[in-house]
Amino acid sequence: MESLGSIICYVVVALAMIVFSVLAVTTRKILRAATYLLFTLFAAAAVYFMLDYEFLGAVQIAVYAGGIVVLFVFAILLTSKPGDNSEKLTSKSKVLGLIGSIAMLVVSGYALITRCNLFEARPDMEAPTMDRIGETLMGTGAGQYLLPFEAVSVLLLACIIGGVVIARKR
Amino acid sequence: MEITAIYYLIPSLIMFCCGVYGFITRRNMIAMLVSLELMLNAVDVNFVVFNRFLFPEQMEGMFFTLFAIAIAAAETAVAIAIIINIFRSTRNVDVRGLNEMKF
Repeated sequence: MESLGSIICYVVVALAMIVFSVLAVTTRKILRAATYLLFTLFAAAAVYFMLDYEFLGAVQIAVYAGGIVVLFVFAILLTSKPGDNSEKLTSKSKVLGLIGSIAMLVVSGYALITRCNLFEARPDMEAPTMDRIGETLMGTGAGQYLLPFEAVSVLLLACIIGGVVIARKR
Repeated sequence: MEITAIYYLIPSLIMFCCGVYGFITRRNMIAMLVSLELMLNAVDVNFVVFNRFLFPEQMEGMFFTLFAIAIAAAETAVAIAIIINIFRSTRNVDVRGLNEMKF
């Protein structure tokens, strides 16, 4: 049995997630779409906090909300005027998109609801401490992640060089 | 009322479907990238929820999400560099106007 406060918290976060993600793909001003994306990412961070993964929530806010959305806003302001509306959708592409997404929603929603083991109560967990996260990230044993960590660092380096090479003035 | 895994999976499913809808209907490349981020984020939420509810003593889902966030950041940076380069050459970011790769 959950406390009333956590239920209210959950309802607010879930509603924010649904409403802002719908708004992010239906609004016609592109800058607003980026802002609604920011709120959706905050809602996802709130979900991580509610599930006791505090480090992950902090990373989500720092990287997504602090890095990616700022990058989006810069790109939008460089490529379009802030007041611009996107063109009205043609009914054909709208119908196509609606059919695709609603079909996916129905099929996956049915598959989710018929799985009975998703209705069990939340098991107890000690929140992962920073010690444990650091050891798992830096260890070389079974279930530890030093190799992916290094691979991601090489990927980020390649991405920095690629970004500079692609976007520089010729 | 007990908040179980399904209560987290349904909002993330709706978020993913919004991403699919936006990716199909949007014409601006940056708006398509926003839809892509929605889909990626929905998958991240799913990983964390399955990790928390089904295998609470392990941390695989959490670390997969961490790496997915890092890769999403790299992917967005490169994609935006490409979009800005295309904008510099053709003065638009509309996917229908881009039918040749050589500028």
